[in-house]
This record gives sequence, structure tokens and C-alpha cells, in this order.
Amino acid sequence: MSKPIQVDARNSFCPGPLMEMIAAMNLAEVGDELEILSTDKGSADDIPEWIKKVGHELLDCRKEDEVYYIRVRKAK
Amino acid sequence: MKKIVIVGGGTGGTILANNLARRLSSEIKARDVRITLLSASDKHMYQPGLLYVAFGRMCSQDLYQDQMSLLEPGIVFHADPVKEFDMDNNRVVTENHASHDYDHLVICTGSRANPESIPGLAEYANHVYTVEAAEQTFRSLQKFDGGRVVIVTGVPHKCPMVPLELTFMMHDYFKDRGILDQVEFYYTYPIGRLHSLENVGKWAQGEFDSMGIQYETLFNVKEIDGEKRQVHSVEGSIVDYDLLVSIPPHSGVPVILENALGAGGWIPTNPATLQMEGRDNVFVLGDTTNIPISKAGSTAHYEAEALGENLAALVRQGIMVRAYEGKVFCFIEAGKDRATYASFDYKHPPQPQPPTQMIHWFKLAYNKLYWNSVRGLL
Repeated sequence: MSKPIQVDARNSFCPGPLMEMIAAMNLAEVGDELEILSTDKGSADDIPEWIKKVGHELLDCRKEDEVYYIRVRKAK
Repeated sequence: MKKIVIVGGGTGGTILANNLARRLSSEIKARDVRITLLSASDKHMYQPGLLYVAFGRMCSQDLYQDQMSLLEPGIVFHADPVKEFDMDNNRVVTENHASHDYDHLVICTGSRANPESIPGLAEYANHVYTVEAAEQTFRSLQKFDGGRVVIVTGVPHKCPMVPLELTFMMHDYFKDRGILDQVEFYYTYPIGRLHSLENVGKWAQGEFDSMGIQYETLFNVKEIDGEKRQVHSVEGSIVDYDLLVSIPPHSGVPVILENALGAGGWIPTNPATLQMEGRDNVFVLGDTTNIPISKAGSTAHYEAEALGENLAALVRQGIMVRAYEGKVFCFIEAGKDRATYASFDYKHPPQPQPPTQMIHWFKLAYNKLYWNSVRGLL
């Protein structure tokens, strides 16, 4: 299995983790896995919300040492 | 002799070259240091002025100055863009087949709008990211006599305040023309609030609500159906428009992609040292980095100041002396005669204040002061 594309959006106020993830998603191929690193607590809600709305796949969302690790797969 | 080559003559490259030329003036005179700036053009454009061109408040001719006139003596300048980065041999090769060796390389080639990356956007939407597009937008606004104005924003994009500024300025423009009661605004935004910056988003929501501007969030443009005058979003929405104004998605410039320096044309960059990942003697500035920070002139400005200090210290002492802390300052035009600002860094979010006429005047003054800023005098 190939390594996920990592999007390190820690300490990003602008454009912020969700915008960074959408930019990475636009460059990714269908089936690619992405891992977003975020220090913004809102990301744990708004990234899964967008993923669900668009129809991509949420693989994991965990918090470790004040950093959120959110893994998703581009589905379409 | 230590050779510093800067690729890109925009805000970041020009400020850095001038900063270094002043810091290292004695070394340059003694021929111990050479600073070479390579740019795609012999003209320098004040890009934020394009927003004003779109409202007939600046002429496109006012946006340009000769690049040479902005540079400190001692800087070697060539309007000869790089086509090949040979980092294993510490050299770049230009379009005119000139080869430049370096001890330290700085890449600041910027970004470009890509309306053609979304079906229908280039054909049917207005934008303000080139002179031609900004002038066309003004013609579209002049001709518009009422209906639904839809604002769409691509990801990523340069100058994150533009979606709000365009909306506020169009509101006041139509108000001045006396047709505001015949115009309906529909603002869309890619994430779950009205702006990337949470506090700016909250402020904008209050302004929009008081102005009667409608909005839809979590809206990423998929395609434009120009015949039906509809925008389709990735999330499944369909929105009708009479006038479509866009902030197109951006990418890095082609030479970055052609040299496989980073996905999307964004070079992987250390957020504190601005070093390219895996290359200790290569630095990246401004829009060209992949740092999760605003793609804006002020970002490039503050990065260039930190990097100027570090490169001068590297030349003189062999060490870097400071970190870039993510400083950004953005004006936000809130209409034709009011403005506010957002100032933040990696650790401190902005706290936007209510817009005032004084900040708007300061922004207008900055449109002129920029030329001193880019010379490194401000």
C-alpha cells in the first residue's frame, strides 16, 4: 500500500486545514489516501463534514499531542 | 566569491534582492558577493492594483514600473526567465541559454490563476487576476443592469481577502449607480464559513447580513453551464447567475512543474527556515512555497525580510540567525470607502476591527507606497 499524501496544516489560520485539504484533494487521483495534520480543533468536525457531503471516504480521525490526524480517501 | 541567485522578480524577489544588496554592500563592492536577479519580465507589476482596475479606479498602466528602477545598485538583473533547475550542480539555465552557478538559490516565481482548470470558468466568469481580466470585469460591471451576481472561489487562490473585497466593492459600486435594489448577491465559499480566518468570517457574516447578501458555504465549483447560466458545485448544488464573478484556482508557474519541484507548482518548504526540503542551499519565498499560509504579497514581504537577514548571516558567519514566524498583514476593503485589516502569524490569529475610512485611506496610500516598500525602504 502506498504512503498517504501528507498535508501538514499545523498552525495554519489562513487558508486553514480544510482549504489545504481541498487543494491537495484537487491534485490527488481517485483512490489516493491523504492524511491531514491540524492543530485547529474545528478541523475534527469540518473536514469530516465536507468529506461526507462530497462523498469521499473518512478513514480515521484521532488526536495525539494536540495534533489532529485525519485520514481520508478520494472516492470520486 | 559567494553567488546568490534569486529566480523571480515579484514582490518577494525584489524586496529580498534590495535587502541583501544593502546588507552586503561592502562585500558586493569588494567582489566577494554577487547577487543576481532573474525575472520573466523587465516590468514589475503591483498586483493588488488589479482589484481597483476592475472598478475603474486605477488604470492598468499605473500598475507597472521598470524593474531596474526598483533595484539597488550592485544587483545584477536579467529579464531572462529560468527554464532548468540543475540543483545537483548548483546552477540554473535560462531561456536564453545562460548558465548561472550559485552558492545560494532563492526561488520566488509566484503563482498564476487557472480559470481553464474548471470547465466553463474561463469562458463565462469574470476575474481580476490579469490586466485583461480586470478590464473585462469592469466592462461587465458597467454593462450590468440588475439580476443575480454570484461569487465563486477556487482552491487554492492568491490574496485570500479578494472574495470578500470584490463582494463589498460590487455592493457599493451598484449602490452608487442606483441599481442596488435590482441586484441580488449570492456569495459562495469552499469551506464551512465565509472566510478562511474564523474571526474575519464572523465579521463578514455580520456585514453580509446587514447588507442582505446571501451566502452558501461548503461550495466548491465543479463546472459552469454557460448556456443555462448555472454554477454546479462539487457538493451537488446548482446556482443560477446573471453575472458570475470568480476567484479562479491557482497553481505554481509552469517551470516549477516542468522541473518536478513540487505538486501543483508548490515547492515543499520548511515553514521556519524557508529552505526547500532536501536542499540546504535552496530557499523558497512567497506563493511558490507549499507552506499552509496565505498566498499574498505581505507574506512574501515578511518572508523576504527574514530570509535577507539569514542569507546575509550565512554569507558572513555561516549560520542562520532567525526564523520566519508566519507574519502576514492583509488590508480588507469593506466597500468603496471603508477598510479593515487582518494581522496574524503562526501562533496568533487575527482580531479584525470594525472598518474605518482611515484604514481605507491608508490602503489607498499604500497603493503608492508599495513602490518604496518593494525597494525595501518601508
